[in-house]
Amino acid sequence: MQLMSGNEAIARGAWEAGCSIGVAYPGTPSTETMESFATYDGVYAEWCTNEKVAVEVGIGASAAGARVLSTMKHVGVNVAADPLFTAAYTGVNGGYVILAADDPGMYSSQNEQDSHYYACASHTPMLDPADAQEALDFTRDAYELSERFDVPFLIRSTVRVSHTKTPVEVGERIDYQLKPYEKNAPKWVMMPAYAKPRRKVQLKRIDDLKAWVETCPYNRAVQKGAEIGVICCGAVYQHVLDALPDASVFKLGVTWPLPEQALKSFAASVKRVFVVEEGSEYLSEQVRSLGIDLSPFSDTLPKDGELSPGLIKKAFGIAEPAHHDVPDDVPGRPPALCAGCPHRLVFKELSRIKAIVTGDIGCYTLGALPPLASIDTCVDMGASVSMSHGFELALAGTEHKPVVAVIGDSTFGHSGLSSLITTVYNKGAGTVCILDNRTTAMTGRQGNPFNGMTLQNRESRELDLVGLVKALGVEHVEQVNPHDMKAVRSALKTATTEQAGELSVIVFKAPCVLLHRQRKPHFFVNADCRSCGVCATLGCPAISKDAETGIAAIDPLMCIGCGQCAQYCAFDAIEQINDSAMEGGAR
Amino acid sequence: MSDAKTILLCGVGGQGTILAADLLARAASAAGFVVKVSEIHGMAQRGGAVTTVVRYGTKVNSMVADIGQTDCIVSFETTEALRNIAFLKEGGFLLVADESIKPLPVACGRASMPHNARERLSDCGAVLIPAHALALEAGNAKCENVAILGALESQLGFGSDVWLDVIRERVPAKTIDANVAAFELGRSFAQAN
Repeated sequence: MQLMSGNEAIARGAWEAGCSIGVAYPGTPSTETMESFATYDGVYAEWCTNEKVAVEVGIGASAAGARVLSTMKHVGVNVAADPLFTAAYTGVNGGYVILAADDPGMYSSQNEQDSHYYACASHTPMLDPADAQEALDFTRDAYELSERFDVPFLIRSTVRVSHTKTPVEVGERIDYQLKPYEKNAPKWVMMPAYAKPRRKVQLKRIDDLKAWVETCPYNRAVQKGAEIGVICCGAVYQHVLDALPDASVFKLGVTWPLPEQALKSFAASVKRVFVVEEGSEYLSEQVRSLGIDLSPFSDTLPKDGELSPGLIKKAFGIAEPAHHDVPDDVPGRPPALCAGCPHRLVFKELSRIKAIVTGDIGCYTLGALPPLASIDTCVDMGASVSMSHGFELALAGTEHKPVVAVIGDSTFGHSGLSSLITTVYNKGAGTVCILDNRTTAMTGRQGNPFNGMTLQNRESRELDLVGLVKALGVEHVEQVNPHDMKAVRSALKTATTEQAGELSVIVFKAPCVLLHRQRKPHFFVNADCRSCGVCATLGCPAISKDAETGIAAIDPLMCIGCGQCAQYCAFDAIEQINDSAMEGGAR
Repeated sequence: MSDAKTILLCGVGGQGTILAADLLARAASAAGFVVKVSEIHGMAQRGGAVTTVVRYGTKVNSMVADIGQTDCIVSFETTEALRNIAFLKEGGFLLVADESIKPLPVACGRASMPHNARERLSDCGAVLIPAHALALEAGNAKCENVAILGALESQLGFGSDVWLDVIRERVPAKTIDANVAAFELGRSFAQAN
């Protein structure tokens, strides 16, 4: 027995099944799955530019006869949906398993969506583990099932499965040989002439899956009382066990397709049937569509966010236990751009010129929070560039503030590039700032095409960002050091005034402070501070101002010596400590 | 029926709550219990509020802490203890590092720290532990989290040897002595208070 997170267990299950190829794009809460898979012997694993590419690479490797793993967060499935829907026509050669990791409660996402709907809509069977042991077992078994039914299998997890460590019994790796590839156009060429008969194959497969799922051991009814029966899956199953110890429970391990007869028998065995699910109505809609009447909860079950045993008890009319109330004067503690973050001055300067800033997905979304508060929008990966094009189209011919897109290096590679091509092609305007911090920072510093780091440390190449943008035909392209306030200010001024009406791209290039963890001698506030408060508007966690006097202070332990703040002090009150007083080096 | 105990560890990203939860989980496991550890990370290095839940027993189902149902709250910071106070069950154990870290909204003058946080925590029965001072006394400021675990030891009854084995196994080799010392100092502090 060992403690493993759900993500580690999924990686282990894939490895035990002889899976030899892993392809993914990082995204919380899925990221560690591929990172863990990459550490096993006998596997090849890579980061792709985005989830659609990953799934296409995956289908290719499966067609060629290998067992393949792809992992992504729920919103990544949106990106991958195009190949996913048609892979459910072609089917597989080597088994293909795809992890969709959902984030109910939005701990690290722009929305909470339920990946069950994708399984149902694309006719791709889905398994829902409730802990790490099931995550390992389901993933391992899914390879054989994928080959038996000739279709990719989806594994769905949530934060509480992916990021919860539970005891796991591991097994050995099987010796899986590449299955022979034979040309088979009716199976693999999805043009109408072949897709139409393939759709019939799919329909037959759905019937086969429905028959299989009736007796599949991953679904199980635990009969207790005859009063209440609860249908649930995943982490919610664990909450239900704690909340309603006397209820009968039907635990679904396969959440598409559903076992119609088994659920109907379960429903008939109890007086009242409930579906308890998290932030979604997928299961209740599906169960109702089978003709099963669901009883109403006596109180409300939240429709959004995560569930807990307490929230489930409340829905069943069981009162909350006595507890202290949280005082109402507890200040929020939002995450912030790190001390020394190379993105900070770009946001400060964008705020200064009151630009309309279309933002994107990554650490730099934190530039939306006060005191920087300089981002107007954030929707999805790559949207900063395309939305700025949309703003410019709508505002064309009007007096308007400068429109500036802000996007990270990895996000630009993910899908910002195709957005930028659209703007170039249509002779659009605006300024695109690529914040190239040399890594995919928010998800834990993964490699990407622009830093030339690969998942298994294979040799790669650093894609030339400036050269790439120039090659697209963008005339105004500049690379700027984002720690240099004057250079940032001047580049943004030129782009938004002299070049207004044209497209300009500024690459702000400096490594994420978490990459090398180098620190220089720290800065401090001397006696010349006039309490103007400008330094505190940078939102650096190392800088604070006294609540009464307004005098600034810099925390010497948090300051990494980037010197950004000193450039904003009009009174020379921010100084760097003498070099020799500190040895520097890694923290 | 689950007999699980719930321990909520909370603090500020970078304070070492995740390592503390890992040591706690391993100690519970070594003491013969089934363990679940649920982490919320992603924001940990960006100074946000972080929580980790450890549940252990002979049978453990849910992996989350619930309002009024949590046996122990171990907070690495006073404001975070107040933020999570609703989780504590009646008669539960509240252990708080006597340290306060200003969140960004306070540092840049847009919010204030809670008034009399220490007194209000004491009113809720908190044991306030000078973890930083104990860690310095043990010889390494980074051993705060282990000093705090030392103060938790008597509440859980795994036995000191179980803990010390886990600490020796998991902390960096260079810091074993300081961590063992910090654990003992935390344990003595709890006994004396």
